Amino acid sequence: MTTACALELSDVAKDFGATSIVRGVSLNIVQGERHAIIGPNGAGKSTVFNLISGRLAPTRGSIRLHGEEIAGARPFTINRKGLARSFQVTNIFPRLSVFENLRCSVLWSLGHRYCFWRRADALRDARDSACATLERIGLAARRDVPAGVLTYAEQRALEIGITIAGGASVILLDEPTSGMSRGEADHAVELIRAVSAERTLLMVEHDMSVVFGLADRISVLVRGEIIATDVPARIRDNAAVQTAYLGTVPDA
Amino acid sequence: MNTAAAGVASPAATSEQRATGYWPLLVTVIALAALPHLPGLASDFGRSLLTQMAIAAVFALSFNLLLGQTGLLSFGHAVYFGLGGYAAIHVMRDINHGLPLPVMLVPLAGAAGGLLAGIVFGSVTTKKAGTIFALISLGVGELVYAATFMLPSVFGGEEGITASRTRAAVDFGLALGPQLHVYYVVVAWAVAAALLMRAFGQTPVGRMCSAVRDNPERVEFVGYSTRRIRFIAFAVAGLFAGLAGGLSAINYEIVAADAVSAQRSGTVLIMAYIGGTSHFIGPVLGAAAITWLQSSLSGYTSAWLLYLGVFFIVMILYAPGGLAGVLLMHRGIVGTRAFAGVLAAYAVAAVPLALAGAGMVLAVEMSYRLATQPELGTRMRLLWTQVDAASPSPWIAAGAALAGGGLLLRIACRRVAAAWERAAAEATRA
Amino acid sequence: MLELVTVSLLNGIVYGLLLFMLSSGLTLIFSMMGVLNFAHASVFMLGAYLSYQLGQWVGFWPALVIAPLLCALIGAAIERYGLSRVHSSGHVAEILFTFGLAYVIEELVTMVWGRNAVASRIPETIDFPLFRIYGSTFPTYKGLMMAISVAMFAFLYVALRKTRIGLVIQAALTHPRMVSALGHDVPGVFVLVFAIGSGLAGLAGVIGGFMLFTQPTLAHAIGPIVFVVVVVGGLGSLSGALIASMLIGILQTFAVAVDYSLVDLLGVAGIPVARTSPLYEALAVKLATAAPIVPYLLLVLMLIVRPRGLLGTRDA
Repeated sequence: MTTACALELSDVAKDFGATSIVRGVSLNIVQGERHAIIGPNGAGKSTVFNLISGRLAPTRGSIRLHGEEIAGARPFTINRKGLARSFQVTNIFPRLSVFENLRCSVLWSLGHRYCFWRRADALRDARDSACATLERIGLAARRDVPAGVLTYAEQRALEIGITIAGGASVILLDEPTSGMSRGEADHAVELIRAVSAERTLLMVEHDMSVVFGLADRISVLVRGEIIATDVPARIRDNAAVQTAYLGTVPDA
Repeated sequence: MNTAAAGVASPAATSEQRATGYWPLLVTVIALAALPHLPGLASDFGRSLLTQMAIAAVFALSFNLLLGQTGLLSFGHAVYFGLGGYAAIHVMRDINHGLPLPVMLVPLAGAAGGLLAGIVFGSVTTKKAGTIFALISLGVGELVYAATFMLPSVFGGEEGITASRTRAAVDFGLALGPQLHVYYVVVAWAVAAALLMRAFGQTPVGRMCSAVRDNPERVEFVGYSTRRIRFIAFAVAGLFAGLAGGLSAINYEIVAADAVSAQRSGTVLIMAYIGGTSHFIGPVLGAAAITWLQSSLSGYTSAWLLYLGVFFIVMILYAPGGLAGVLLMHRGIVGTRAFAGVLAAYAVAAVPLALAGAGMVLAVEMSYRLATQPELGTRMRLLWTQVDAASPSPWIAAGAALAGGGLLLRIACRRVAAAWERAAAEATRA
Repeated sequence: MLELVTVSLLNGIVYGLLLFMLSSGLTLIFSMMGVLNFAHASVFMLGAYLSYQLGQWVGFWPALVIAPLLCALIGAAIERYGLSRVHSSGHVAEILFTFGLAYVIEELVTMVWGRNAVASRIPETIDFPLFRIYGSTFPTYKGLMMAISVAMFAFLYVALRKTRIGLVIQAALTHPRMVSALGHDVPGVFVLVFAIGSGLAGLAGVIGGFMLFTQPTLAHAIGPIVFVVVVVGGLGSLSGALIASMLIGILQTFAVAVDYSLVDLLGVAGIPVARTSPLYEALAVKLATAAPIVPYLLLVLMLIVRPRGLLGTRDA
């Protein structure tokens, strides 16, 4: 197991005016690990994701992807360096078909850039890659359906599909199973497990069974600060974590 | 899920699509070639009208490249049409003075002018999107329009710049004297432009334009710069608008400030929207319809713009998909038996619609006469009758027709809705 | 020289405040509903026409009250029976609806009052000079306009920031369903906002009708400049609209008085431009001739330097 650092946050903070949402977060995500961030609502988990993926610029601190500084960079710059993220609120291309959604997500990573001299349909590599992702997320039967008419669970699956289609080495999933039933969540977990086998995964989740079943390490974010980072078993028994979630220290 | 079948089906489907794809094009080309010889259109007036429709179609398609394809609403698209037109007319003047180029290639100068303008203005205006972009496009349009009056040697001031399409050193024996020849040249360019614009939409950058329209934020998270894509779309749209301007320069042999005016920008917007922005063919329908209406109605009534505005608003409220959307909406129910019922309901609804329409037209025409042409007196000719706008009876008649027609129309619309429900139910059962 | 500067400054402030009166209602509607009301300048024009017509029937002072009220009612009707249907189709549809409305209003005005400017005359009650400056008189109606304009700013500032209804409206903009679930009548609130915005435009029209020609092209003449004000000031910012209006008003008024061109400026700097040079024509344009495009040049400059405007808050 390599100890190279895929993603490194050093004292990252984000203030909105006078309010500090993220107050100095430091995190080392090891290459190839599955890392989960949990915490009560309003802790700043989505904000941390937004800071890493470029949706927001940090007020201070450094974020390094494979050793390269990316804090404050534009989202597409960060994506081109090998980081992809999904969104908690489904963020797909509603009028494009499912297949087109996935194809648009691989075009840059396959090097097609701003090509205007070839038909997109003629690009075999894009088509094959999109079809492969289509199979993995289980939406092959809905290939030509406009993404806007899919069911909620199907859209969540497509959301993950768009994130993994480009073959990024570091994947950020923001509450991937939110709103799913038990069965759908189990299915999604298997997909996530398969997809992250060769990659680094950073995940925000509320569903504890998903977290404890999937994660190699867990970080707990409370009010903008990490109060604990450890393997799942020790996190479960951590008193500070229990206090943060339950409000009181339970009797031993 | 049969993965093998799914994998095999897609390449076959694509080549099948391509095989059937050539037939509509062939039919269209033959139809376009035959049109100017049909009775009713075989006159100079008819052929001129067809030429204008073709030019407007290219212009409207270029506009829709921005709106329907990339989600950019521009209120100043005429700038690229006009600047392309000016570039073209200057090249035509040079040809008149001996430049050895055939006039048929002049639209290329228009395209180049439109592209250059698109690049120059696009680099600044695509920094923002949405509402701000729309306002900026309006501002740039006003800027360019005002500037045309300040540089008379380039833009000719009020009178514009003229050139001749027949005085050329090189013409391969195809002089552009008769309107028929102009029609064929313009239509050939128009078909080529339409095919190119369609092809652009199918390229990787074209598909990303649609992605930007749907979700500009997510595009950045899959590796593309939204701003760069919008800039490319803007430049390409400018190119084809300039091409349309060049065609116009050949057709009219004059380009003046109205080519970059807010009025022209507004007209192309209305054409594209009424035709339908969600389908490639929509702007062509809208351009043809509006050009025809403009040509035929503006001679009869000074209220023509009011009717157009009302029609536009009605479309926004009740048919946002435009003419193309309305037509394609029927695709699902055409084969059903209940379809005849839908058509019958339409026919029944047409009567109160005509009645209300007649009432509105009567009132509007009389008002316009009284307000704008009082020197012509109050007696006026309307269709087949004479009315006196000063007497109360035609006003009462207009009011009654409007009110009565409106009420009956509401009832008729409910019957249309009911007929649709039956047809739709039958279609889903099949 | 001092006379020129003072008189131009005064006129520039007057013009700027007129622009502000118009852009304030637009900013109100935009910041509260997210709708860019293309027909705003058209309602301004309606206000000018209505005040002219009512002035003929009942006199100026009643018209000053009734015309804005009528415009407010028209605005309420536009939102209630037209725009409300389009909200769910997105901002593009909303803008296009108001764009079509502007078209229609211009034609309706032509239909009723004709294509020529109507003889809008300043009523005797305010037709006296307010004060004299350097030999020219400053008319009272301009003073009245300035007073109304400042009052508008104060009213809107308080309404947006300090009142409960202002807060409700701001919340309804981003979370209409939640606000509705809390018991507020969101569609009713939108009608109210549109009515107030249109009423302000109508009020501006009453006074503006004296300063500018009351003719069907009035909306199209002043509309684009108002949009420039709103973009330069920053969408959604009332203070930004005020600053931008003053800036454009003063700049444009000064520009009209300057009878020099870039050629003259370069000449002073020791760089002569030959008449035969291709750039000569562009550089020889006198600033006074180029005055109409000053607002748009400012727009382009603002876009290059600071795209979100002076005090921009909303990112459309």
